[in-house]
Order: sequence, then C-alpha cells, then structure tokens
Amino acid sequence: MVAVTDDLPLPPRRFSLGAAIRRNPTITFGAVLLTVLVLLALFGPLFVGDPLKIAPVNRLRPPSERWWFGTDQFGRDVFSRTIYGSRVSLIVGLSVAAISSVLGLALGLACGYFRAMDGFVMRIMDGVMAIPSILLAIALITLTRPGLGIVIVAIVIPEVPRIVRVVRAVVLSIRSQPYIESAVAGGTRNIKLLWRHVLPNTLAPLIVQSTYVCASAMLIEAGLSFLGAGVPPEVPSWGNIIAQGRTFFQIAPWSILIPGAFLATTVLAVNLLGDGLRDRLDPRLARRL
Amino acid sequence: MSAATLLEVRDLHTQFNTLDGVVRAVDGVSFDLARGETLGIVGESGCGKSVTALSILRLIPPETGRIASGSIHFEGHDLATLPEDEMKRLRGHRISMIFQEPMTSLNPVLTVGTQIAENVVRHLGVSWKAARERAFEMLDLVRIADARRRLDEYPHQLSGGMRQRVMIAMALSCDPQVLIADEPTTALDVTIQAQILDLMLELKEKTGTAIVLITHDLGVVAETAERVVVMYAGRKVEEAPVMALFERPLHPYTRGLMAAIPRLDVDAESGGRRPRLQEIPGLVPRLTQPIVGCAFASRCGLATDRCRAEAPPVVDAGGGHTVACWEARV
Amino acid sequence: MSAPKTVLEVSGLVKHFPIRGGLLQRQVGAVRAVDGVGFSIARGETLGLVGESGCGKSTIGKTVLKLIEPTAGKIVLGGQDITTLKPGAMWPHRKRIQTIFQDPYSSMNPRLPAGTIVGEPLENFGIAQGRERDERVAQLFQRVGLRPDAMRKYAHEFSGGQRQRLGIAKALSVSPDVIVADEPVSALDVSVQAQVLNLLIDLQEELGLAYLFISHDLAVMRHISHRIAVMYLGRIVEITDKRTLFSTPLHPYTEALLSAATAPDPKRRGKRKAIVQGDVPSPAKPPPGCHFHTRCPYATAECKVVSPALREVAPGHHVACHLR
Repeated sequence: MVAVTDDLPLPPRRFSLGAAIRRNPTITFGAVLLTVLVLLALFGPLFVGDPLKIAPVNRLRPPSERWWFGTDQFGRDVFSRTIYGSRVSLIVGLSVAAISSVLGLALGLACGYFRAMDGFVMRIMDGVMAIPSILLAIALITLTRPGLGIVIVAIVIPEVPRIVRVVRAVVLSIRSQPYIESAVAGGTRNIKLLWRHVLPNTLAPLIVQSTYVCASAMLIEAGLSFLGAGVPPEVPSWGNIIAQGRTFFQIAPWSILIPGAFLATTVLAVNLLGDGLRDRLDPRLARRL
Repeated sequence: MSAATLLEVRDLHTQFNTLDGVVRAVDGVSFDLARGETLGIVGESGCGKSVTALSILRLIPPETGRIASGSIHFEGHDLATLPEDEMKRLRGHRISMIFQEPMTSLNPVLTVGTQIAENVVRHLGVSWKAARERAFEMLDLVRIADARRRLDEYPHQLSGGMRQRVMIAMALSCDPQVLIADEPTTALDVTIQAQILDLMLELKEKTGTAIVLITHDLGVVAETAERVVVMYAGRKVEEAPVMALFERPLHPYTRGLMAAIPRLDVDAESGGRRPRLQEIPGLVPRLTQPIVGCAFASRCGLATDRCRAEAPPVVDAGGGHTVACWEARV
Repeated sequence: MSAPKTVLEVSGLVKHFPIRGGLLQRQVGAVRAVDGVGFSIARGETLGLVGESGCGKSTIGKTVLKLIEPTAGKIVLGGQDITTLKPGAMWPHRKRIQTIFQDPYSSMNPRLPAGTIVGEPLENFGIAQGRERDERVAQLFQRVGLRPDAMRKYAHEFSGGQRQRLGIAKALSVSPDVIVADEPVSALDVSVQAQVLNLLIDLQEELGLAYLFISHDLAVMRHISHRIAVMYLGRIVEITDKRTLFSTPLHPYTEALLSAATAPDPKRRGKRKAIVQGDVPSPAKPPPGCHFHTRCPYATAECKVVSPALREVAPGHHVACHLR
C-alpha cells in the first residue's frame, strides 16, 4: 500500500448569492428584467381590462390615470393590449428557442458524431439557411391559415441550422478531446459516450445560442405581424399593435412607442442574459468551473 | 550596488488578485545579476520563477497583478516604479526576453525580417534600410542558413527550433545588457534543445549580454548557468555557484529535487532491479494564505516546530552559497 | 514465433494519414506517421518508445489501442489478432489493453466526479455495478495513493499528479495485461514525477503488467524501461535492452539523442555535443533512403538511396543502419 498523498489542493467554495450577482452583473440584470416581463405576461392579464373592448368614445386618448398607456383609434386600452401582447412574444420566443434547440441538438450531435451523415445533412442546412426567414414565413402563411402555430413553425425552420452549426462545431471539438479517447479505451460505447461525455459538454453553448434564437424569434414575429403575415390581426401582439397604430402615429404616438419599448426591452433582456451566460460558460473566460 | 552588479532585485513581492484571494506569487525575493553573467532561476511550476521575470520586465497584467513592494535596480532606474513610457524604452532594448513558445510571441502576419527590423527602428532610431541589414546580420548570427531569404518568410514557414532562433535574434538585435530567457528550450526536441543552448552560450561570449535563465530543468541549469537561485512557493530557498549547488546542495528541497530526477548519466540499476526514485511527499502550499514559517516545512523530513513557526533567515555558507533553512548544516 | 509470455506483438505496422487538397478533397499525399514498425512486449516488461516529436510514437500507441485504424500490419493482443476488428468486435478485447494519457487536465471529463470516471470501465464491462462498483473504486483509489473520499470530487479539484493517479486507477480497474502510457509524466513537476514513476514500477512488479511506455525523455526511459526502441520519422532505428542502448548505442541517431541530452551535473559541462544539426524533416515528405541521412554526420551515397533494414547485430540488438 502506498502512502496517501496530501490533501486536495482547493477547498470547496461556498455558494453565495451576493458574490454570484457581483461576478455576473449582466446575467443578473437580464434575468431580473426577463423575470419581471414573464410575471407580467403570466399574471398581468388578471388585473387589466379587456384588450379587445372597443369604445369609440374614448378613441386616441393620451396616457392618463384611467388609461395608463392611452387608447388606440378604436378606444382599446393600450396598456391592456401591451400586457396581452407580451404573452404572444414570449410564447413565440420561448417555443421557437425550445423547438429549434431540440431539433438542432439532435441533428448537430448526429452530424458531429456520426461523420457519415455530416456532409449530407450540413449541405441541407446550408440550403435552408440561404432562405430569408421573413419570405419563408410569408410564403408559409399565405399557403395556410394564419395562426400562432404556423408563425412558430415558420420561424423555427430557418433557425434550426444556426443551432445545428453551433452544436456540430462543439461536438467536433469535444470528439478530439483526450477524455473521449480515454472513455473509448475504457470500453464506453457510442450511446453512453454521447449521453455521458458529449451531450453535457454541448449544453452550455447550446443554451447561449438558444437565447439569441429566442430574441431573434421575437423580433421576427413582431416583423411578421407588422407586415400582416403573422398572428391574426385581432390578436393583440406587439407587432399588430404597432402595425395598427402606425396611421395615427402623429396624433397618438403612444400606441406605437410603448409596445415598441416593451419589445426592445424584452429582446435586450434576453440578449443580455445570453451575453452574460456566454461569458460565464465559456471555459476560456470563466476563471473557475 | 557594486560596479559589477547590473541588476539588483531586493525583497520583491508580486501579487495577483484571484477569486480565491490574493496569490503571493513572489514573496520577498532578492538576488543580483553581474555583468555578463548567466544566472539560473530554477524551481517547479508555481514557484514564482516566471513571475519574477515578468516583474523585472514589468509585464505583470495590471488588471489582476501588481508589484506590491520591493525594488529592481537597473542602470540607475528602479524598474518596480519606473513610468510605463520609460519602461517601454528599456524593454527589447536594454533588457529583452525570450519565451517558451516562440510561435505565440511572433506576429503571424509579419515577416520575421520586418519584426526584427521594427524593434531596431523603434529603439535605435536608424533607417529601415539599416534596420533590415541589422536583421540580416542577426539571423546570420543565430546561424539561420540562407538568412537573406528567411528575412521575407513568415513565422509559420519556420520550424520550432528556427523560430526560437528568430526570437533570440530579435531579443539581441539592440545589444541588450540583460536577456531573460523563460524556459527557452522546454518546447523543443532534445536535439534542437542542444543546438539552442549551445547557441545561447556562444552568443553570450560574443556579446557579453548577461542572461537570466528560468527553467524547471536541473540539467539545463547544470549545463549553462554560473550561479543558481532555487525558488520554492514564491521564495528563494538557496543560491549558490553552480558547482557548489550540485556538489553540496544545502536546502532539503534542493536535495529532494536532485534525488527525485531519474538520471541519464549514471546506471541506477542495482542487481537488475529498478530502484525507487526519492519522492518529495505532499504538495506545494496554497499561495492564497500567508505562509507561516518555512514554506517547505509541510513536506520536509527535517522540519521542527521552529520551522513551522518562524521563517528561516538567509544564512551565508561561504563562497557565495546562501540558504534559507534552520536545519541546514552550513 | 511468439513466446507464451508475449502479451502484445506488433509487426509491419503502417499508419498513413491522408492529406486532402483541392476542390474535391482528393487525396494528394499522405503523412507516413508510422512506416513499418514491429516489436513485442512480454508480461511484466516495459518497452520504451523514444523519439522526438513527429516520429510516430504516439500514433503507434493509439493504433495498438485501436483508437485509430492501422493502414497495414498486424497487431496481436494476447494471441488474438485485433488488427482488423471493427469497434463492436474490438470491444471485449479493450479490457486487456488500457491507457494512461499525457495530459492529466484534458483526459478527464470536467463534468463528472472522479469516482464515476474511474469506475466507468467497471460498469462498461459489467464487472461491478452500484455499491459494489463504489467499493472497487475506493480500493483502486487507495491502491494509487488517493483518499477514497475524494471520489466525489471533480477533476479540476485535483492537482496534476493526483489526476495522473486517477488515470492510473481507471486503467487498472479492469485488470488489463498491457498499459499504453503516452508521456505519462512529462506534464508533471520533478517531485511529482518521481511519485508517479515509483507507483508505475510498484504496480508492474505486483501485477505483472506490461507497459508500452512512450516518452521523449531519455532519463525517464532509462529509469523505467527494460527494453527501448528508438524511433525516427515513423521507423524504429534501434531496439535493444536498456543497458546495451546506453552503453553501446549503434545507430547514429541514438548516439545523437544521448549526446544531446543534458545531465544535472555541471562537471559534465561541455561534454554534451550537438552532433546533429538541422531539423527533423516533415513526415509528409520523408527523405529517400535512410530517413536520417539528411542529418547524419556519417551518411554515405548508399544511405541516400537505399533504406536500411532493421537487422539483428547482436542477440536482441537490432539496428537499421548500413554502417553497423
């Protein structure tokens, strides 16, 4: 029996919320902002009035104590519509991020790991990436009935290759890591190798990339709605609110500026979270795991 | 500071701020470098030898590290406090440095001739034409065959050994007084290492440049240095002329190191069995906490209560041999 | 020809890596990383593979482990020809040959606890599961000098030497016959290197392991090996027992390696001679004839044309040189 070597070199560090916030101000700021917006989207509609109620008497009222964000040309409460609109944006953003992450992860893992598939799948991805997403969405929506589901599908298709590329690149770099060779030499077979050694190490870049996809999906959804190719016009989405308010911009700028500001803030929050996570999860930047 | 002394480091403390606290990378190191001398600084990873070199050149990244106290006297300046613009004039001119990995210290988009000439123009203020001629002379001096053609090549077109020669040519291009070489041969193959060591010694004879050679390799030190400083956990534990150090190492750490290396020059086998190497048990102490007493006490077979309580002073063992140990028989 | 105690026998091993170029990624050449290499290792024996970077020593290690497929040649592991086995058919044989990697930092999955990494081969081969596995892992930890309660810690919480102990524990877990150790101590400090070398020697004497020990460090080689093969540009130029190699090296390259090495003894200063000049040629374009003739001080006209075969010049001493 050989002598036991000395103590391990580093003591485990206790987790402290204060220190974590100080170290990651971007993540904290983005996460707090996003949490507020999610809470508003979830519970806001319980406290605001009907976003669809038309009241021609009260049309184009400026923000006041009764209508916090004013009213539009039909007398609908812009505050209520904006709160409801956040639901659409968040649903689109989160579902696009989730669906394209799952699809992209599966394809990316397969391409990076099973090299035979790689050339074929990646050329298809290159092709899909060459289609402008707005045009694809308009085409899809004119072919079918407009609705939230079809908007999500239309945005997911061009976003998937972006995820596939990131995941594939990460898998390729992990494959050449000595710990993968070490696992193979230790008798680890394909499925377990992927599940235990490759997959966990792709998650960090995947999460970062999916936050960017989420932000971009929200913007595309608003753009589509604005163009009339998104969710049906009667649904209060931020894009729709802006589109409908644009003829009255000079007399009722609030009906555009306020939903616009919400859209900008939400996208900013998601991007900040993504940037913060990227800096934190990148092993070259994170000073300790 | 006597006339023969070129560089005088006194009680140098260099610290880094990390998430785990302040790392005392260099913790009170003093030594002198004489004109034309080769001084070896030897120690294991994390002992502070490279940080000492970076401190002399003031290349400690200011975001995380700083020279906390101490002085570095060179040509009438204190490098520890010299303003950055004056420091820029000294670096690459009066003091220059070569690193372990020559590929990362050369700019990949400039030809080697341009890089050497640039340094010459910056420091000596000569014309580009003269500087390019100087670059050619330097490449020729470091024995790069076909030097004229090599001037117009990019770093990636050269082999590892050749790149290290280019680094040496660049470092010596302005006739520096001091050349600091940080593990100059560690990344090279054995046969190339031999060529580079020979070249450095030969150039030292020719130019009279003093060399500070930083290495973990006792073999390299034995072959090249005149005097050796042994460092451990940010402190100097022993200093001696090279013969004295290898003949009569005084500090238990130095002795431990020498016994731990497998030897190429002696047949260690006795009766067909491979002997055990002597181990130094345990690990280097954490540098985030102030070390009370001798830094080596936790791994030392001779350690007493005094060693654990009180840092040993540097004792003179005669003949320029000094050691920081309570138990060493001097 | 293989003696009963031979556990690994390699003959005529060739590994070429294709170089692709052009628009259609056609093969335009090949890096001849390993170019016809043969050796055998007996139970309880250490064969050292020494050479400079690019000589193909690491490629040999990966090829005998079947982490990469050989281009030609034969690899016999414990009597079984594994040369052309597909991954599925190779799998049961992996138990008999394990490896220790050079870089203790990148050879451990950063997201798994040390106990899981070390115990993985036990699970893979169905040797032990759950609690029993944990007990076996704890024993392995103790065997290599680590505290068993360190099983829950992650790789980055260990020092370099301790990680190398983890790698050794993992390799030992399935009781292999052969361990391929690729530069296992070159990333370690001298004092820690001694600990790991001692451990490797103890384990070999206790368990009768055979080591294929790959290193560029002649002093480490001299310490741990029984026999040593010197490689240059994909070929073995000299192979013999350790004592003979160091006392009477026959190949000019071996001589050059020995004379270029530094020794921790200032009295030997100046005895080191840089016999060879210049750099190692690229393995993509090795010189014709003897690969070493471009740097060899004794090269003749024949050396530039005819490639010398590896001949036995004394019992157990093989050299590939026209002049010996």
